Amino acid sequence: MKAGRSAVTAALVPGVFLAAWLVLGVVLIGASLDPAARQEVVSAVAPLVGTHGALVFGWWLVAAALGAWAVMRLHGAFVVPIPRMADATRLLAGDAGAPAVRPAGGAAMRRLGDAVNALAAERRRLGDDMAQLVADASRKAAEDRDQLGALMAELDRSVIVCTVEGRILLYNDRARALFRRLSPAPKIAEGAELIGLGRSIHGAIEPAVLAHARAGVERRIARGETRPSARFVTVAGNGTLLQASLAPVRPEAGAMTGYVLLIDDITEVHAAQSRRERHLLQLTEKSRASLANMQAALDMLDYPDLEADERAGFQAVVHDEVAVMSARLAELAADTGRDMLGRWPLQDILGADLIDAAAQRIEAATGRRAERGPVDESLWLLADSFGLTAAVTALAARLGEREEVVTLQLAPAGSWAHLDLVWPSGDGATAAAAAGWQDAPMEGEGSPSPREVAERHGGDLWLAHDRDAAVSFFRFMVPLAAGERDDLLADERPVYYDFDLLAGSEASSALDDCPLDRLACTVFDCETTGLDPGGGDEIIQIGAVRILNGRLLPGESFDQLVDPGRSIPEASIPFHGIRPEMVRGAPRIGEVLPALHTFAADTILVGHNVAFDMRFLRLKEASTGLKFDQPVLDTLLLASIAEPDAESHALEAIAARLGVPVVARHSAAGDALTTATVFLKLLPLLRERGVVTLGAAREASANSPFARLRY
Amino acid sequence: MSCKVLIADDEPNIVVSLSFMMKREGYDVLVARDGVEALDTIRRERPALVLLDAMMPGMTGFDVCEAVRADAGVRETRIVMLTAKGRETDVARGLGAGADAYVTKPFSTRDLVAKVRDMLA
Repeated sequence: MKAGRSAVTAALVPGVFLAAWLVLGVVLIGASLDPAARQEVVSAVAPLVGTHGALVFGWWLVAAALGAWAVMRLHGAFVVPIPRMADATRLLAGDAGAPAVRPAGGAAMRRLGDAVNALAAERRRLGDDMAQLVADASRKAAEDRDQLGALMAELDRSVIVCTVEGRILLYNDRARALFRRLSPAPKIAEGAELIGLGRSIHGAIEPAVLAHARAGVERRIARGETRPSARFVTVAGNGTLLQASLAPVRPEAGAMTGYVLLIDDITEVHAAQSRRERHLLQLTEKSRASLANMQAALDMLDYPDLEADERAGFQAVVHDEVAVMSARLAELAADTGRDMLGRWPLQDILGADLIDAAAQRIEAATGRRAERGPVDESLWLLADSFGLTAAVTALAARLGEREEVVTLQLAPAGSWAHLDLVWPSGDGATAAAAAGWQDAPMEGEGSPSPREVAERHGGDLWLAHDRDAAVSFFRFMVPLAAGERDDLLADERPVYYDFDLLAGSEASSALDDCPLDRLACTVFDCETTGLDPGGGDEIIQIGAVRILNGRLLPGESFDQLVDPGRSIPEASIPFHGIRPEMVRGAPRIGEVLPALHTFAADTILVGHNVAFDMRFLRLKEASTGLKFDQPVLDTLLLASIAEPDAESHALEAIAARLGVPVVARHSAAGDALTTATVFLKLLPLLRERGVVTLGAAREASANSPFARLRY
Repeated sequence: MSCKVLIADDEPNIVVSLSFMMKREGYDVLVARDGVEALDTIRRERPALVLLDAMMPGMTGFDVCEAVRADAGVRETRIVMLTAKGRETDVARGLGAGADAYVTKPFSTRDLVAKVRDMLA
């Protein structure tokens, strides 16, 4: 109650002052008189003290009370509110959202309070405007990135964008599919060990080749060329021939900060070209030899003095060689035809689109209706859509001279589709007339027949009847497009870019100084036949996902069953749900670990109760020669640091507390995903406790009461 | 004594014409059907000149030519390469292997006879 005490003190001051003033006046008057006069005054006043002293005291008391009242008023108006308003103002200075200053005290003090409030309101408005601007800009940037991502996904060439050091910032679906084919372990990591955000492109393309191409680009830049780029051909891991062009990324035409790679797999093209060249060379050489044989024989026939049998012998040589050359030419023509087939431009097209296009063309060409019958909307065809539409239309046009309505149907048949042009059989007259139409040229002599168009697709075309349905139809067999498209569409669109890597300074700081949310992490989990790796228990499933710069990369995961080479105890099956028949034919651990090792290269490892999993990996070091020696973090220990008072640090318990949905518990990939999400949710909690860098997290983990096990 | 000429080619259709022609020119004709047989015949019979096909199964004409030049006993044998391989690289390889002449198929027999006659003169 300091304020109360100061107010009481202030109120007493006027009374004390007045009393002192009176006493001082009396003492001064007394001092100015000589002793005789003083004696007279004392004797004159002394009797009055008894009778009138109370009057003087009362007079003083009234003045003291009035003074106290006035001081109290002033104190309340100008002294008491100052510290309170100062505190409120200080709060506002720190946080514009704090409550406004409550004006109190005198009018001047109230005006001061109002002015402070106005200042705070203005600051709040500025802050809101700024936040709005930032939000707008971020949304715009996110939209741009999404558009870029969508655009890249549609490109039919493989695109990869890298930093100058070769770290991958962006890649598209095609690139992912290409590297899946290049992967030495395509069934295990699906190429995710070769291509992934933040990974080095050098895992997939020889660094020396890239360095050479970059040097070429830099020379062109130095020469002042406006569009410097370099092309190169390189052989990837499994012998695939890649042709790539490298274009620099140069902000404001300055120094190169990264590069864009456009990559084509030219293995097939190159093989076809080599095959054609080889054919040509063989033809030339063999023809030369044949011609030489004939020439020599003919020269001999010029001699007039030949015996009859000699003459017959030389003539036989000529006949023989002519037959050989004819056979060779026929063979060559057939080969060339096959190559032509391979080169015909077939493209992916949605079957339903092709049917619609054909129906429109039939109506435009014949004026007759072409109805759309049952069509499987999900089929993608690999087709020369123009040629196929023309073939269907040509047949429909001839049918249109006899039939009112034709119907188009599309149905799957294995890796093929049946595209049917159907009409009612009636008395069979139309079908009888139509026999052979499929082999007739579509437009005059020399143009291809509908059957040839079907054969360009590697398919066929025939006339058939369905007696039960009383219909006849021409059936085109058309190949279906490869299945990759469906896989990619079915997945949630993966994150394929991370431009934050451009700003990263990965080499400059040691890993321990790296903040946890700037790390590249492989979060993994193993399912095993039991709990004792030393006693013969083995890994039967490994799942892993990647985290980069605090973001989960759902498109880059690792999920592999492993043949343990031993029985799976019946008692363990409820824990992992993996039955012996599921691992039959799966790769052995010796094949899977190298893929996991590449997948986890240049990242730290994260797991829940990871000491258990690490024991299994460590035991395999001797047999595989692969060391997992990167830093390791355990979400169990991190959770015990972030929430020391929590009851349980089991994965489900932590996930429930942090609001993380648990997916497919006790499947390796599901647990890895849950652990990764938990890890990300733990990061802000750890930051509050001052654990920001990897080094701090490792040190705190080591001191955790749960850190019983070393790994 | 007449000169011995070896015809080494795996195609009977050319051998029949060449041997007929060389016999008419008065040479003693030997025939080999492949590279190994050609090299054996050269070492055994020591012909003055070989008409050597470049493309034979087993040992090619190029191989035979190199083996002959490396063998002190038969090094002086005249060698005419007859071949359907007409690219510049093939000609260079034939001459590099040590052939005295390189004739690309098809050829005029008259020219070939003239060339053989010159080389054996």
